[in-house]
Amino acid sequence: MDFSLTEEQRAVQEAAREFAAGEVDPIVDEHDETQTFPMDVIKKAGELGFLGIIFPEEYGGAGMGYVEYVLVIAELSKIDPSVGITIAAHNSLGTNHIYKFGNEEQRKRWVTPLASGDKIAAWGLTEPNAGSDAAGAQTKAERVEGGWVLNGIKQFTTHGSVGDTCVVMAVTDPDGPRAHNISAFVVERGMDGFRAGKKENKLGIRASDTAEVILEDCFVPESHLLGEEGEGFVQALQILDGGRISIAALGLGTAMGAYETALAYAKERQQFGRPIAQFQAIQFHLAEMATKIAAGEALTLAAAVAMDAGRPNASQLASEAKLFTGETSVFCSERGVQIHGGYGFVKDYRAEKFYRDAKINTIGEGTSEIQRLVIARNVLRG
Amino acid sequence: MRVAVCIKQVPDTEARLRVSKDGRWIEEEDLRYVVNESDGYALEEALQIAEGSGGEVIVVSLGPQRVQEALRKGLALGAARAVHLVDEAFQGGDAAATARALAAVLQNEDVDLVLTGSQSDDAGWGSTASMLAGHLGWPHAWLVMGVEMEDGTAKVTREMESGMNEVFRMSLPAVIEVQAGINHPRYASLKGIMKAKRKPIDTPTPAELGLDPAQLGAAGSRIEIVDVAFPESGEGAEMIEGDASTVAQTLVDKLQNEARVL
Repeated sequence: MDFSLTEEQRAVQEAAREFAAGEVDPIVDEHDETQTFPMDVIKKAGELGFLGIIFPEEYGGAGMGYVEYVLVIAELSKIDPSVGITIAAHNSLGTNHIYKFGNEEQRKRWVTPLASGDKIAAWGLTEPNAGSDAAGAQTKAERVEGGWVLNGIKQFTTHGSVGDTCVVMAVTDPDGPRAHNISAFVVERGMDGFRAGKKENKLGIRASDTAEVILEDCFVPESHLLGEEGEGFVQALQILDGGRISIAALGLGTAMGAYETALAYAKERQQFGRPIAQFQAIQFHLAEMATKIAAGEALTLAAAVAMDAGRPNASQLASEAKLFTGETSVFCSERGVQIHGGYGFVKDYRAEKFYRDAKINTIGEGTSEIQRLVIARNVLRG
Repeated sequence: MRVAVCIKQVPDTEARLRVSKDGRWIEEEDLRYVVNESDGYALEEALQIAEGSGGEVIVVSLGPQRVQEALRKGLALGAARAVHLVDEAFQGGDAAATARALAAVLQNEDVDLVLTGSQSDDAGWGSTASMLAGHLGWPHAWLVMGVEMEDGTAKVTREMESGMNEVFRMSLPAVIEVQAGINHPRYASLKGIMKAKRKPIDTPTPAELGLDPAQLGAAGSRIEIVDVAFPESGEGAEMIEGDASTVAQTLVDKLQNEARVL
């Protein structure tokens, strides 16, 4: 398989790298410490088109493919996984759900401002009692004249407090068949009965916005229903399927960031009269990190190429990439801390931040365990 | 206002360089190339001037095929078109031969202003643009910190010795060399990158520019690089080990008792 990037893809990668170095790098530590969302940086990223990478130009997007998309997410995540996940969740969950299942009017109304970077998208599936078992959602939508009334709580919603729109999955037919009784709605900030609840205090990716979304007798007009009634859960699974590549790229970038930080440190840190990179113990760590990253990069690009080409194996490859790079990011960031020794345990270096940030990659958008199930199902189907 | 920007593609300053097999240049394979830093600032300055006056920017570069990537970047950032002197006859020249070729392009372009960086980060001769101005017969300024357009002239701020600034007016057309750090270069947007694909890059031959190949590139150069090498590590350099206070103490001791300069 040929992974040589086109001139244009290299330009996209360089643009993301320059943006990460110039705009993201200076604010990383402060936003991690204070757990504040870097709205200015995200708005600037929007001006460059990063909030609409995969959407057609006619809807305000950049009209690019998944290869360009993973390059951008990985470059941003190398510097700050919080920014990486923000761009990823906005593109592949909150915006993509409306783009994929919305009608023309809904696309124009919501996708255009989201893809062009004027607004930020949230997506609410998980609930306090419905995580991996998302079909067990309890948020309800009751039909009333002219629309629906929503009640319930969505948990761990990326952009729950900063999002302008939130796609919410809610049960529309409590007695209907499981997984075919849920519908997807667009809820907008400012609607009565829709508010952000508790903002989570997180281990890692602390600058990304994760909050509860609370719906209390929230009236949503008929025009906010996405696709067919009862198909919301099936849509959500397709969105997660398409979004898995995002977390693969996030994991890859996180691993690369941890590795590059450790490599630089190993070359400069002197012990016993020489840089520690000259010791075999450190070299073995670096070699294992580099090898896993190379494998993860190849797998992520293979998945992205398959998605762009619409190949039937795309979904399985994306799951494999997500599983592999997620675990690789945890591995590399742990080794990164180890290479840094005592300095890896304090906040003067980024090693500990990568260690904290990496863990979400084996949990978010389908845990490593769920990825294994998805992959196994694909394998056994064949 | 039509502004031309001459850019050079150079190895990334963080790249690890190796001397080439013939010992006369560096190994170019596998190097990451970027737009020369001060040229990037010149490009940003040009884009701002063109935007302020409703004009357009042309980016010009001389170099092998890989340079197209640098020109595309200029187009992605907002330049309208590019000229790439890629013909083999242009390559491998000294500053004078390069300036001769650039001058031939710019004479045909009807530009009001030529901007470029003050010095390349690789060869670093810092003389191409002044020779270019000579060929064109245009006024020229080096180490420029700021450019403002005023009544058909350029008001230029230049850094002098001892931190003083000099401000002067130049008639147009002119050649101005800017320093790194004079503005905040923009980032390429994804839409800019998509648009750049459709913008033209002209690749004129020496004949099309009315130039004699014997006057260009390596053939037309009167300076020849005969050797490139890393300097030998000198004797007598001593690395002082230890924490900051030990290092400082040892240094003071050595300056007093060994060098006897304190």
